[in-house]
Parts: sequence; C-alpha cells; structure tokens
Amino acid sequence: MTATVARLVFGRRRHALPGLGLSLGVTLFWLGIIVLIPLAALAIKPWELGVQRLGLALIEPHVLAALRLSFGAALAAALFSVPVGLLLAWTITRYRFPGRRVLDAIIDLPFALPTAVAGLSLTALFANNGWLGAPLAEWFGWQVAFRPAGVVVALIFVALPFVVRSVEPVLRDLRPDAEEAAATLGATRAQTVWRVVLPVLWPATITGFGLGFARAVGEYGSVIFIAGNMPMVSEIAPLIIVVKLEQFDYAAAAGIGLAMLVLSFLILFALNLWQRALRKGQA
Amino acid sequence: MMPTPLRRRALMAATATGLLASSLLAPGAKAQAATTLLNVSYDPTREFYREFNRVFAASWAAQGQPRPSINTSHGGSGQQARSVIDGLAADVVTLALAYDIDAIAERGLIAPDWQKRLPDNSSPYTSTIVFLTRRGNPKGVKDWGDLLKPGVAIITPNPKTSGGARWNYLALWGWALAQPGGNAQTAEQAVTQLFRQVPVLDTGARGATTTFVQRGQGDVLLAWENEAHLALQEFPQGGLEIVYPPFSILAEPPVAVVDANVDRRGTRVLAEAYLRYLYTEEAQHLAAKYFYRPRNRATLQANASRFPDIELITVDAVFGGWTQAQRTHFNDGGVFDRIYHPGR
Repeated sequence: MTATVARLVFGRRRHALPGLGLSLGVTLFWLGIIVLIPLAALAIKPWELGVQRLGLALIEPHVLAALRLSFGAALAAALFSVPVGLLLAWTITRYRFPGRRVLDAIIDLPFALPTAVAGLSLTALFANNGWLGAPLAEWFGWQVAFRPAGVVVALIFVALPFVVRSVEPVLRDLRPDAEEAAATLGATRAQTVWRVVLPVLWPATITGFGLGFARAVGEYGSVIFIAGNMPMVSEIAPLIIVVKLEQFDYAAAAGIGLAMLVLSFLILFALNLWQRALRKGQA
Repeated sequence: MMPTPLRRRALMAATATGLLASSLLAPGAKAQAATTLLNVSYDPTREFYREFNRVFAASWAAQGQPRPSINTSHGGSGQQARSVIDGLAADVVTLALAYDIDAIAERGLIAPDWQKRLPDNSSPYTSTIVFLTRRGNPKGVKDWGDLLKPGVAIITPNPKTSGGARWNYLALWGWALAQPGGNAQTAEQAVTQLFRQVPVLDTGARGATTTFVQRGQGDVLLAWENEAHLALQEFPQGGLEIVYPPFSILAEPPVAVVDANVDRRGTRVLAEAYLRYLYTEEAQHLAAKYFYRPRNRATLQANASRFPDIELITVDAVFGGWTQAQRTHFNDGGVFDRIYHPGR
C-alpha cells in the first residue's frame, strides 16, 4: 500500500520542478495538525455515548429544529447571494465608475470583520428601534431581528463575498469579444447573457454557492446576536453545541458537530459532482 | 523498490518541521517563577478584579515578598470552567456558580471538599437578582408576581447557556414556592408563563443587558444586582431604573484554588493568600464599590444604602444544592426543556 502510494507520488526519478519533498512534507504536516487530527478527534468522540444514545441525542426535537434552521437559513442565504453576487461581480468587472475600487474592497470586508461585530451592527440596524428595523416594522409590520429572518440576514452577510470572489476572475477572463460576437450574430442582450455569459459562469457560481453555504452553516458569532435564540424557533445548531458543552456533555456536542460535518460534506460533494458534470458538458 | 533519495528527504523535511513546530508549541516547561498567578473568572467581575489584583499585589509586596504579577481571564462561567478542565493553567478560579467549580473538581483538578476550605461557602462576596425597568417603571413591576401579568415583556438570558439566567429562573421558582399554596406544579406554571413573555434569549448576561438597554427590547431585565448598577452607571441617559423585589435569591459566586495546577507550578502559598485576601476588610470594601454584597457584616452595614435589605433564599436550602438544581431544571430533559417542548 505505502509502496504504491510512494510510487504514485515519487515514481518518476526526476522532477522538472525541485522541492517536491520539502513542500509535500510541510503540506502533509500542517494538514495533519490543523485539519485531519482535529477532525479525527471529532469523529471519535461522539461514540463514547454508544450508538443508541448518540442516535437519541441527534433526533431530539430541539436538535432537529436547530439543524433545520441552520441548513435552511444557510441555503436561503447562499441562494440569495447567487443573483446578487453575480450582479456585483458583473458591476465591478465590466464597468468603470468612480469608487469602483472602494466598492471592490468593501466586498471583502465580511472576510476581515470579526463576526461578532457584524452581528452586533446588523442587530442594531434591524432591531425595531434601529435605522432599518424601525421603518420596516412601521410600514410593513416586519420584524427581522430576533426572528429566523434575522438569521438569514446575518448569513447573507457572510456568504455573499464567496460568490462574488469565485465568479469575478472567470468574468474578468471572459473577454467582451464573445458578447460582441453574439451581438453581431443577432442575439438580443438577454440572449447573450443567458446563452453566452451565464453558462461559462455556472461552475464558478456553484463553487461560490458551495463555499458561501458551508461558511454559513457553521456561522456562530454574527448570528447569535440577531437570532433571538428562542428554542425550537430561532436556535441555530452551533448554539445547541454550546448548550451541550455548557452541561459538560462533550460527546453529544461532538455528535452534533459530526452530524453537521457529514451533512455539509454530502452537500458539497454533490455540488462538486454537479460542477464537474457542467464542466464536462462545456468541454 | 528502492527508497529514492527524494522520499527520504521528504520524510526528513517533515520530521524537521515537526520538531521545529513542537519546540514552538511546547508549554513553558521551564520552571516558572512562582510570582505569577492566573485567576480564571467570569464576565461581570472584570472591573472588580482589576482593582483587587493591584491592591493584593501591593499588600503581598509590603510583606517583603516579590511582587506577584496577576492575570485575570474573563468569559462565560461555564466556558471558563471548560477551559480549566481542558488544561488552562489557572491557579485560582472565581466563577459564577458552585456547579462550574464542581465540574472541575469532578475531573480531579480540585479537592472535592473545596467549598469547605474557605469561610461562607467559599463565597467572599454575594449578589442577588433584581429588576431593571424603564424609568418610572411604566408597567408597575414591583414583585415577581407582577412579571407574570399579560403584556409585560421580560428579557433574561438563556438558563441553558448563562449562569446568571439560572439564578433568575431559580429566584422565580423560589418565589412561587413561597406563595400561599405554592408547590412544584405552581412554580413550573410560573416559570413557563414567564418564559412565554421572553421575546429574546441571549446567551449571556452582558448580551441580555445590551438587548434591553441598547436595542430597547422588553419592559424588564432580570439582572445581577451589580450588572444593573453598572448599566445605570454606563447609561445615565438610558432611561433606566432599578427595582428591588421584596424577595430574591442569594447568589454566592464561589472561589477555589486549583490544586493540581498550584502544586505543579509551586504557587499554592500565593494562590491561597490571594483568595484569603478577598475576605479582608479592604477587599470587602472594594467588592461593595463594584456592587457585590460584602460578607463582612460591618462592611455590609456601612454600605446599607446601596444594598437594600430584602428576603433572600439560598440554593442549598430550597433546591438541595447546585448539582441537584442543575440536574432537575437545566440539563437536557429537565424542567426548562419542557417549557419549550413542541406541542405545548
């Protein structure tokens, strides 16, 4: 087994590019310490409970409601981010306007801002005494903060940049020639976008959607302030993990973590397959 | 197959990187001078311990000892307990609930009889739960029963995640028991009714204070006495008012030396002196300054105007201790979970 792996990796005697040994060593070492070992620990811990109690811990109504909210809100946020993110990416790559660079930088802010700060600001904005929350409540009777809707708002904030940043390089490489050619061949503007531009962008969009979704599922810091955290209504799954830890129930906490990990992995894997099929279709 | 030189080099590189990293990550194994102390505490004690550390260090130095450097870490009480369990080298813990220190003791880091080692259940200062209302108390909330009137929105953190919220909950339970004809059933009805009127459940006491004071949610905040006073100081224009119910609960935030850590680090003498100093008159005055109720009778009486005399029940007398209260009320499947059970 190791021999085959070694042959696969080091089979050729000489590499055109030097430094394979060192870079592979460092890569595997860090991957091991930062990703694989913690994940292995997470996968081992829950079984301390035994299969039956682990199963019961996962189908508790509170846990199920929280998983539904976390995955549902993350899905909603990622779906919302797709059209808005595409539009944003389009705007900053295709137009030249004053302040474009500033806008470009602002898109990355959610990556850099501590999520707790984002959560606090969003809550202040959307609470029913906030700048946006007050008119929303008065004119439409909508309450966003301290409701599941607030969870979606916070998750859009963290998911959006992933879509923009995934699509943007592809859009930049897609030269206007193709669109101009489509136009000279008599395509309408809508046809050009739908038939020429979007198909090329789909794989990158799916990547962005997947990244944004995965980030949103595990988000804690920003959501916790705006959600209201009502059991069965607006409790997110990471909060349930915190609740379990608060009872020093490490195994159940790890169990929910593992369930989230498996679910996310399946979804990302499916997205990957879809993306690959699309790429093949285009090639 | 011959091991290629490349492969060996890869292994060596990985090993070297590993050694380098482990030397960077290795805990400060070098014999630490015993003049540093880490106090792992909970959130609202930040201001108190900042000043207490300075006062204690000065007094320790005045006895001819090397001046100690004392660090304090703050966070949610349960979170802090978990850090210590997971290896944070705390010399002393000063947490919100005996339950959290019990959890550390259960893992063998603190002697099981820790609560008997210092006077007054190892709680050098106490606190209680009071009401913070909008100025003028427009909903006329004076006692726990008034909270249950329709139309009163109450802000409290979630008892599952917040130590402070557990005191809120137990205070109401104790009040309901003390009413004529009160029993476990009426008490459960009272807490169920109360939590129906809670629009937002924050995870911690500070979060709930922010929700009430700055987001303008709710009519009454159930708060630590010291948090309520602090909010009043911080937001003099916030339109707030403290209401003392005639009845509440005696919160005893306990302190303990972490035996396993002080023995390993050789800081036992300093750590024990640090905790004992909390009982001195100077420290008791300091506790009062930061709105913790001093244990020392004379100091309490000297500050009687800030600490109205109200009837206080204890967790030990009414609930049979924290472990029992935690199991019955707050653990999974406990009374609190029933309040939010689907279909109710």
